[in-house]
Amino acid sequence: MNLEGLVAQLLAMAVALVGAPLLAGWVNMCRAWLQNRRAPPLTMPFRTLHKLFWKESVVARDASPIFRVAPYIVFGCMLLASLIIPTLSTNLPMATAADAIALVGLFGLARLFISLAAMDIGTSFGTLGARREMLVGFLAEPAFLMVVFTASLISSSTSLATTVSTLAHREFAILPSLAFAGLAFTMVSLAENARVPVDNPATHLELTMIHEALILEYSGRHLALIEWASSLKLFAYSCAGLAIFFPWGIAEANDHVALLWALPALAAKLAIGGFALAAIETTLAKMRIFRVPEFLATAFLLGVLALLVHLLLGA
Amino acid sequence: MVPLPELLAIDGAMVVVVAWLAIGLAGVAALHNLALVARVLFPLSAALSLAMAGVALLAIPGTPQTAILPIGLPDLPFHLRLDALSAFFLALLGLASAGISVFAGGYFRQGEGTPPGLLCLHYHLFLAGMATVLMADDAYAFMVTWEMMALSSFFLVTTNHRIPEIRRAGFLYLLVAHIGAIAILLCFGVLQANTGDYTFGNMRAQSLSPFWASCAFLLALFGFGAKAGILPLHVWLPEAHPAAPSPVSALMSGVMLKTAIYGMVRVSFDLLGSPIWWWGVVALVAGLATALFGVVFAAAQVDMKRLLAYSSIENVGLIVVGLGLAIIFAAYRMESLAALALVAMLYHCLNHALFKSLLFLGTGSVLHATQERNLGKLGGLMRFMPWVAWTTLAGVIASAGLPPSNGFVSEWLLLQGFLFTTELPNPYLAMLVPVFAAGVVLVAALAGYVMVKFFGVIFLGRPREEKLSQAHDAGLLERLGLLWLTAGCVLLGLFPAAVIEAIDPVTSSLVGRGLAQSGRAGDWLLLAPISAERASYSPILFLLVTAAIVALAFVLVRRVYHGRVRRAAPWDCGFPMQTARMQDTAEGFGQPIRQIFEPFYLMKRELPTPFDAAPRYRVTVEDPMWGWVYVRIAAATEAVSRWVGMLQRGRISIYLLYSFLTLVTLLLLTQA
Repeated sequence: MNLEGLVAQLLAMAVALVGAPLLAGWVNMCRAWLQNRRAPPLTMPFRTLHKLFWKESVVARDASPIFRVAPYIVFGCMLLASLIIPTLSTNLPMATAADAIALVGLFGLARLFISLAAMDIGTSFGTLGARREMLVGFLAEPAFLMVVFTASLISSSTSLATTVSTLAHREFAILPSLAFAGLAFTMVSLAENARVPVDNPATHLELTMIHEALILEYSGRHLALIEWASSLKLFAYSCAGLAIFFPWGIAEANDHVALLWALPALAAKLAIGGFALAAIETTLAKMRIFRVPEFLATAFLLGVLALLVHLLLGA
Repeated sequence: MVPLPELLAIDGAMVVVVAWLAIGLAGVAALHNLALVARVLFPLSAALSLAMAGVALLAIPGTPQTAILPIGLPDLPFHLRLDALSAFFLALLGLASAGISVFAGGYFRQGEGTPPGLLCLHYHLFLAGMATVLMADDAYAFMVTWEMMALSSFFLVTTNHRIPEIRRAGFLYLLVAHIGAIAILLCFGVLQANTGDYTFGNMRAQSLSPFWASCAFLLALFGFGAKAGILPLHVWLPEAHPAAPSPVSALMSGVMLKTAIYGMVRVSFDLLGSPIWWWGVVALVAGLATALFGVVFAAAQVDMKRLLAYSSIENVGLIVVGLGLAIIFAAYRMESLAALALVAMLYHCLNHALFKSLLFLGTGSVLHATQERNLGKLGGLMRFMPWVAWTTLAGVIASAGLPPSNGFVSEWLLLQGFLFTTELPNPYLAMLVPVFAAGVVLVAALAGYVMVKFFGVIFLGRPREEKLSQAHDAGLLERLGLLWLTAGCVLLGLFPAAVIEAIDPVTSSLVGRGLAQSGRAGDWLLLAPISAERASYSPILFLLVTAAIVALAFVLVRRVYHGRVRRAAPWDCGFPMQTARMQDTAEGFGQPIRQIFEPFYLMKRELPTPFDAAPRYRVTVEDPMWGWVYVRIAAATEAVSRWVGMLQRGRISIYLLYSFLTLVTLLLLTQA
């Protein structure tokens, strides 16, 4: 592990910790503008986190240790995820610890714990949320893996750093397989991050919520950690998508100038991506929960199609 | 590791087998003395299992050793051979059964049908049978010990033989086991190629024509598939596993299914020599269908042991997928990739042996503490049974295939294997086989769903019945068994490079190549089967960083802010009237899967109308294979019997007429 790698790694961590709530704030701002509302400030998520951390944590009497451990584990998983995704530089010492398949496993681990925590209290909404979350998860996970597979086959590697540097060096051309994969990835990201049309992050309407039902019993610092983890998840998914489909601007090893440029490039890409997300959320309606399997099955089949197109055309 | 001196390992393994038989006989001597059987004999047997594991682990890198036992028929001695493949599966047997036997010592109670001494005999006959199957080097020894294994496990399944359903499950198991055994016998018949010499050495020396080799392979897939539970021969599994006492379920699911996998590997890679590519495709399709079927049915189960039985079917399916992949690679002489697929498959065998045993043992403790197998009547047991709950959680994470557990490692290796299938020389295969990976991934994701349901409904939430608050935690011996298997799962997950190094001699003996690690320092940290640029995974680093982040977050939150907690009633959106019955039942949790995969199931639903005064909701989910395959076979058999029955008139004169006609026909034939 060299010094430069360590610096890049720590920088990536700091960027993730600060950038994730900012991204969430930016999406909320854009959404408010698009809906002709006055937008909350960009730093609103930080204020919310600060407020929640100060508040007392109320824990149900029957809660087992799983309920109290889960927020920390989920937070740890999401931070690790943003450490292994090349956000600024492909020279990440942590990237060897987990490749793209392990990344999917990491999200799976977080999902397992948050679902178990939701079932732990034994309320009807908690179990309902756990069931729906696992439903979304088991359909979204294979679709995500198919996207990863397509990118891995193009770059002959499941290591994200290698994938990104291979994809960044090819000449600019829209590969049909990557186009399908990109569509599938967008659908998966919407579902996994509890966004419209699958879930609504701003709702507490009992019958429709998924993510909010899971975390209904959390309060205080536990809720703060989960909210931070959710924004980290959105950040990680966005960065993974940007790294695979728009890999330009990410610095490579021993390229110090590029590392300086990488941060503004990332900020610009995320700003555009966040606006696109807000636009999607504003223009689409939330679908019924029974339609979600169809939506995600489409994403899965698009992922498989991407794989097939790559194998057929070699592109 | 220093290989033991010549012939010592196989002798050691035989000593353990004989000692197991002695323990079994001692059990018969102390037929009703539960204290002796449970507190002395079973822990002793566990120590022997450890010895077996140790001997086998030392024997894996050694040269094959043979022995001839002069038992059985005259001129037909038992040939035994301990090579790397046998040693690997013996090690699996030892490692898993060590935990199971200790647990069994604390588990068996008086008054459960068969007396404890007899149970001890069956149990140890079962262990000895499995160990000898793995060492057998001729068809005769193999079939005799295979039968010993089948019969002793039949008696174990029917331990509670006073219950009619259990007798029925035992009969079904015996039936399928014997249909499989016939196919295996025929397979050996094909393999010896009319030489009349049934030793495996002779079978290896024969080179069969592709037609006969394919016949042998398909017979082996069918015969061993009946034991392993490959579609459509899986029907006995969900019946027999819930019927058997939990340690026996663990042994059957964790170890006995692996002897069938051992048989498949032995026949297709060792005895047949060079596989043909389409065998791999057959195995791949059969395995994936089995895996998908198993996991979809597991999601719909409401009996915790049936759920685990279907999950075993799923895992066997994944193992067979790995086998198919290895066969395809081996057929195209891509040795290092065949080694990769084979390692993935063997690794998964080992993982499944440990985590499924662990889960079955956990259900055993729950069953004893609550007398309930129905998920709808459990819940909230984590507070009353923390030992069982936390160890089961380790098994659940492994079974869901999530990092950093052992289940993830084998899944990861399998997916890496799939990523290389685009390099196959056959263009159709290169295009279609990678798509199978989509199926594997779907199965793995569904397994996560099933495991959340399993753990969440049993251990989390609030108790769905009053009596559950009296549930007691596992006893000392039970805890020891659970902890041993948990430790196995964790260590296999954290040190994959070491495990793969141990498996290497097996793959090099079967496909001529090991999975050479890229020669860099600190390799034991990093799992990189082909090269670190291509793919790498380091569970230790993974775990350490996650743990560091968690610990840091924990400390920092307390330092910067505070650590106050207030206990209160659950909020639940402010809904005041909450009862434990409002939680999701197992049926409710499985409902989305039932809806999505509706064509898979044979489902009957009785829904109440809004005007019912006493509404009842009933749903039964059945296996469509019964109707599609078994009922038809039964009907055909009955029809044939009816035709034969027409001959049976029950009058002596007609039977004499038959004899007369037969004699006349024979005379005519011999004259002609």
